[in-house]
Amino acid sequence: MQSSGDKREYWKRNLTYVGALLAIWFLVSFGFGILLVEPLNRIRIGGFKLGFWFAQQGSIYVFVILIFVYVRLMNRLDRTYDVHERDEREDGS
Amino acid sequence: MNVQAWTFVMVALSFALYIGIAIWSRARSTDDFYVAAAQVSPVVNGMATAAGWMSAASFISMAGLIAFMGRDGSVYLMGWTGGYVLLALLLAPYLRKFGKYTVPDFVGDRYYSQVARIVAVVCAIFISFTYVAGQMRGVGIVFSRFLGVGINTGVVIGMGIVFFYAVLGGMKGITYTQVAQYCVLIFAFLVPAIFISLLLTGNPIPQLGFGGVLTDGSGVYLLDRLDGLGRELGFGAYTDGQKGTLDVFFITAALMAGTAGLPHVIVRFYTVPKVWQARSSAGWALLFIALLYTTAPAVAAFARANLLTTVSNMPYREVPTWFTNWEATGLIQFEDKNGDGLIQYTGPASDIPNELTIDRDIIVLANPEIAGLPPWVTGLVAAGGLAAALSTAAGLLLVISSSIAHDLVKKTIRPSITEKSELLIARVTAGVAVVISGYLGIHPPGFVAEVVALAFGLAASSFFPAILLGIFTKKMNNHGAVSGMVAGITFTSLYIAYFKFLHPELNTAEHWWLGVSPEGIGTIGMALNFLVAWVVASFTEPPPLEIQQFVEEIRVPRKS
Repeated sequence: MQSSGDKREYWKRNLTYVGALLAIWFLVSFGFGILLVEPLNRIRIGGFKLGFWFAQQGSIYVFVILIFVYVRLMNRLDRTYDVHERDEREDGS
Repeated sequence: MNVQAWTFVMVALSFALYIGIAIWSRARSTDDFYVAAAQVSPVVNGMATAAGWMSAASFISMAGLIAFMGRDGSVYLMGWTGGYVLLALLLAPYLRKFGKYTVPDFVGDRYYSQVARIVAVVCAIFISFTYVAGQMRGVGIVFSRFLGVGINTGVVIGMGIVFFYAVLGGMKGITYTQVAQYCVLIFAFLVPAIFISLLLTGNPIPQLGFGGVLTDGSGVYLLDRLDGLGRELGFGAYTDGQKGTLDVFFITAALMAGTAGLPHVIVRFYTVPKVWQARSSAGWALLFIALLYTTAPAVAAFARANLLTTVSNMPYREVPTWFTNWEATGLIQFEDKNGDGLIQYTGPASDIPNELTIDRDIIVLANPEIAGLPPWVTGLVAAGGLAAALSTAAGLLLVISSSIAHDLVKKTIRPSITEKSELLIARVTAGVAVVISGYLGIHPPGFVAEVVALAFGLAASSFFPAILLGIFTKKMNNHGAVSGMVAGITFTSLYIAYFKFLHPELNTAEHWWLGVSPEGIGTIGMALNFLVAWVVASFTEPPPLEIQQFVEEIRVPRKS
């Protein structure tokens, strides 16, 4: 089993990932979609004003991507620190 | 075949499917009944979560709300999706590792306190009943408009169906029926959206047609046309907001944290076998939800454009049949104030008085008819609305029954009870809850819509901080958590009660505290919860050593 030092390091790395991803989460929704919506609306992409697009479309796409990025990062981290769950029959996967 | 016949066929087919699945996936143990024996794959669980999450409000009401709110509608779009990021990153994997049955289970164990457990049970039951009454009402409306039966008969039929598969199958039955219901509801939502997008903008993808050029030969972008029409008729530009920025911020935050704290959503993450699957399951759930949630604002814009161009200045004698049909239900009302026989549909900033009142809830249901689509599409939409309402109702009923059978009876009143009798109690409670919610659907308290805002505020100001602190700080103790939850809930519900029930006439921006509406107050309640919990915890004894070890344990996926 893991030493408590390794576990602490694993947890710290996890917190760093969560912090970075939540910063993006905040930026695209509360930032681009709410606080900065007026200045961004001066930029147009096709028929969309950019701020409006983030508020009604873009933020949702980014949310989906963020979760899958976190899943990948954590799957790798779990293996690096050897804390992933093993299957009962075989080792790994 | 006409609309009614098509609706009957679509609804009957979908109901037969749900019953078939329910019989195939009966629950045999409490483990099956509460969490489907924790054997559900992440993609399937994601789909079931999406169906359980998207209620009659998402399917029937949301696009209509956005059509009338314009840009301000984004509070629902971001609020009800952004919460899944919080779930995936902050709650789901740790709750899966904890691995029991309910949200009160976690609160009670982590804070080593029966008081905390009972506070959690009360919150869970209250939130769930609030929601489920709204779902039953939605079922009744769909039945009465499209199948020509009374709202009450509609509610009773809906009750019968939910009773059958929730009581028989528990979580296992619900999970697999929800997968079928997701397929029905997303198909029903996308088909008319694609048709209308093609008709209006020539683009089959609604998300792109939303930003596309109109096909009427004018070469104008859809959204520019909407902005122009909005200004001309005195509604204001569609892509401009009317609400204060701070209020939009707080409402969005309250809906996000509320989503992450709703017990019927959280409990779904107990059903997957592994921790990493809880994370990815939240991703799949949001992907499936995003399919509807990115289409809804497009549908809203299409519907708004169609509505304004169809009815504005149209002679009342020449209105299309859909207009007359909905007028009969009282959900569209026309009053010819200036007696010119034309429909003047105008907003608050116009000099011409408005003569038309349209209930927002009919937009999605009427949309296929407004756009002149074939009758089978309308039938499909009705079946989709029912799927959305029934899937959510079933998930909520399960929370109610597990809170009572597991948290109250097994964990608090009679721990000696056998598994067989616990399962029986869970089934009976689910049955009783179906009947009560049916009753609430037939005799809705006048404040269903208001109470939904309350439910989100309560979840945001109670469960979300308590669970978050329970995972991310080892030092948070029972006194801190309980006083935080009580402070958050009390403040939030008092604020909402003051403006919604005691002084509804004062419910305007200038009377709100700091300009925060009752919908957004949950965010402040949540901040208060964090603050009180932290202050109380720093003046009282830290939790016992075994609780601190328990926290270390849930932070790591592998069992030690």
